[in-house]
Amino acid sequence: MTSREDITGGLAEILEEVAGVNPDDVAEEKSFTEDLDVDSLSMVEVVVAAEEKFGVKIPDDEVQNLKTVGDAVSYIVKAQG
Amino acid sequence: MIAGSKILSLGHYQPARVLTNEDLARVVDTNDEWIRSRVGIAERRVADTETVADMATAAAGKALAASGLTAADIDMVAVATCSSVDRCPNNATRVAARLGINAPAAFDINTACSGFSYAIAQVDHAIRAGATRNAIVIGSEKLTDVTDWSDRSTAVLFGDGAGAAVVTGVAEGEEPGIGPVVWGSAPERGDVLKIEGWRPYIRQDGQAVFRWATTALAPLALEVCERSGVAREEIRAFVAHQANVRIIDGIAKRLNLPNAIIARDIVNSGNTSAASVPLALSKMVERREVPSGAPVLLFGFGGGLTYAGQIVRCP
Repeated sequence: MTSREDITGGLAEILEEVAGVNPDDVAEEKSFTEDLDVDSLSMVEVVVAAEEKFGVKIPDDEVQNLKTVGDAVSYIVKAQG
Repeated sequence: MIAGSKILSLGHYQPARVLTNEDLARVVDTNDEWIRSRVGIAERRVADTETVADMATAAAGKALAASGLTAADIDMVAVATCSSVDRCPNNATRVAARLGINAPAAFDINTACSGFSYAIAQVDHAIRAGATRNAIVIGSEKLTDVTDWSDRSTAVLFGDGAGAAVVTGVAEGEEPGIGPVVWGSAPERGDVLKIEGWRPYIRQDGQAVFRWATTALAPLALEVCERSGVAREEIRAFVAHQANVRIIDGIAKRLNLPNAIIARDIVNSGNTSAASVPLALSKMVERREVPSGAPVLLFGFGGGLTYAGQIVRCP
C-alpha cells in the first residue's frame, strides 16, 4: 500500500515530466485541466505513466472521471486494493 | 528469379485549396493555438471537385512519369483508400483506364490509415510470387467528404490528397528495396475510430486512439527494424502515418533513431489517412532530404486499429 501523500508526490513527478507542471502546484484539490493546464492528450500520457509507476490499470472509460489529482489518487488507492 | 521488389519512383498530388486554422475557426468553435498544440496542424488541403480517383490518377501519373516505365509495363494497380464514395468501378480500374494501363490486376484496399503500407506489402508479395512484374501502389483520400464540420474534435484533423509509388521486381543478387512487413490489428478496440453507416462521418475517441498509438506502436516499429536486419542508426528517415505531431514525436522518441529525419508533413497537409505516408515520402524525396538507396522506416496505423510497417530503400 502506498500512502495518499506518496501517490500525490508520484503524480507530481509524472506531471512535471509529461506536461511541465511545477511539482509545487500539485495538490489533491487541483483540477488537471483547469488548474494544472493538462490537456486531454497529456492526460492520457499521465495515466499511462501512472499505470506503470503504481502497477494499476486505468481504462480509457475511467480517464474522463479523473477531474482532480485527488480523484486520481483515490482511484489508484482503490485499484491497488 | 525474382528476389524481391523495390520502389522505383514516387509521385503525389494535393488539391490547390488551402484551409487554414483561421478558416476553420470561422465555421467551428476552435482556434489556431488549440489545433497547433493538440495535433500540430497549421493548414490542410481540401478537394473541391476532385474525387479520390482523380487525385490517385494525378499522383500515379507523376510516379509513372518519373519511373522510366510506360503504362504498357504496368500489370497491377492497388489503391488504398477508406473515403471513396465511388465503389464500383473501383479506384484502381479508374486510374488504370485514365493512364492507359491495359488489363492490370486492379484492386482497392481499405485498412484506413495504414492502407499504403498494407498495399506495398501485398504488391511486394505478389511480385515475389511471380503474379506481377511492375505495379503502381497509391494512397488516395478525400476525407473532407466524410468530415463533420460541426464536430470540433474531428473537423480540424483531416485533409485530402494522394501519393503513389511505382514498384518493380529486383533480380537475384540485387538487394530488395522493400523489407518484410510487420502488420496486424487490434480489432477488439476497433470501435474507437469509425466511418460507419449510410452517409457516414468520421467519429473518433481521440484519447483512446492516442493511447493505443503512443503505447502499442513503438515496439511494433522496432520489430520492423529487427525483422529487416536494419540497425536504428542506419535508418535515415521515419515516415509514420501523419495523424498527430504528438503521436509522431512520441513514437520517434521511443524508437530513438539518431540519424533519421522525422516526417512532419501533417503540419501543412493535415491527416490524409492512407495518403499520408506516400505523400510525406514523395515530398521528402522531391526535396532531396533522403539519399537514394537509404533505408526509410514506413509505419501506418489507424482505423480498425490496423497497423503495418516496413523498411523501404529510398528510390
